Amino acid sequence: MDTVKAKNGINWLKYASPKTFYPLAGRLIPWFSAGAFLLIAYGLYLGLLVAPTDFQQGEGYRIIFVHVPAAWFSMFLYLLMAGYAVLGLVLNAKLSYMMAKAIAPTGAMFTLAALVTGSFWGKPMWGAWWVWDARLTSELILLFLYIGYFSLQSAIDDTNRADKASAILAIVGAINVPIIYFSVKWWNTLHQGASVSLTKAPAMAAIMLQGMLVMALGFWLYSVAVIFARVRCEILERDNKAALLRQEI
Amino acid sequence: MASIQQGSRLSTFAVLYRILARDILVAMRRQSDVAAVFFFFVIAASLFPLGSGADPKLLSSMAPSVLWVTALLSCMLSLSRLFASDFSDGTLEQMLISSQPLILVVLAKTFAHWILSGLPLVIIAPFIGLQFNLASESLQVLALSLFIGTLALSLIGSVGAALTLGLRGAGVLIAILVLPLYIPVLVFGAGAVTATTIGMSPQGALSLLGAILALSLVFAPLAASIALKIALE
Repeated sequence: MDTVKAKNGINWLKYASPKTFYPLAGRLIPWFSAGAFLLIAYGLYLGLLVAPTDFQQGEGYRIIFVHVPAAWFSMFLYLLMAGYAVLGLVLNAKLSYMMAKAIAPTGAMFTLAALVTGSFWGKPMWGAWWVWDARLTSELILLFLYIGYFSLQSAIDDTNRADKASAILAIVGAINVPIIYFSVKWWNTLHQGASVSLTKAPAMAAIMLQGMLVMALGFWLYSVAVIFARVRCEILERDNKAALLRQEI
Repeated sequence: MASIQQGSRLSTFAVLYRILARDILVAMRRQSDVAAVFFFFVIAASLFPLGSGADPKLLSSMAPSVLWVTALLSCMLSLSRLFASDFSDGTLEQMLISSQPLILVVLAKTFAHWILSGLPLVIIAPFIGLQFNLASESLQVLALSLFIGTLALSLIGSVGAALTLGLRGAGVLIAILVLPLYIPVLVFGAGAVTATTIGMSPQGALSLLGAILALSLVFAPLAASIALKIALE
């Protein structure tokens, strides 16, 4: 990293070092948290109070204001994690590994949230808590991929090896995500299980889309705040001379 | 590995062949390990009719998934041995520092793993399929899909085996890492057989299975060799 910095003198690469990133993240967390709180509150207001009742699904549909953004972020955060894994392996940057590690719990949380809210939605709409729909199934498999990442990360005591090995797993998983999605979709059409489809959603009112986008933005700020907080803990844990820790105290 | 001392560069196929022959020879000295995987497959597959009742219709509709899931588990059971014994006696390190590319070593060892654990399943599966009341056409597709599929399973599994090399609890961990990645192979493998049993063409599923094999043939040895280098750092 040092040579790159010396050659180009790009300022922002400074923050690729854990030591300089630590205070920056600390300063940014309150802003992101406040933004997340406001946006999620506004999104919930739009979703729960402003958006009209769906004439087919009644009030029950309002769960999509949490469900859809959560599902977006479950996938987006996995790709982001794999992106940081690539960055870590290519540049051998410690902070990238820490970012990847910090993203995983939030991504898994959104995956679980999407699954749980999905089944809450499915019970009144489909009359079943769980349907082997292509999207539900691939979301479940995504959760398994996150679990695999955690398990590998925590099974290796050596930090360096844990970082690199789980980075490879994240990348292999990311390559597999589209393959899994299409295989599950194909499997679903072959087996002709429940003939419900989430894909043929009715045209959405503009206000609903707006609510979902506001929620998604709120989730994004929340993710950044939580991930930064987790990276700061990780930096402190790995700081073997405890220099940052002494500053903190 | 005798030729390394002369520092001569072997051809790609010579490297592949020698490692393959060595791995199979080593495995043949401990035949019970190889046989255990085979018998696991036979016994586990035979448990399903005992659990579900012997209705021939039910059995033949269950057969593709039961045989495929059992094959998948048997392949996975033997994965932890792929690199472990060579790792514990230091052979793997010697292979790593030898002049041959590690990717070839991985490829040869994976292929040996397939010959020892995948190929026996391909041969025995049609006979188990008979017990499940599968028609002869379905049995052929079963064997063919297992032939392509178990190769892909061994390749994908080699990444998991390399990542968990030398870790405590590697056996269970490998299952958690590898099983989600096995899902597409299962879907298309069992899908091909199911399609045949209901009178559809299995060609689409078999082609996709072949595509997965081609992809994993390119990427899995690469990923596994990087993982091995990390494990042996």
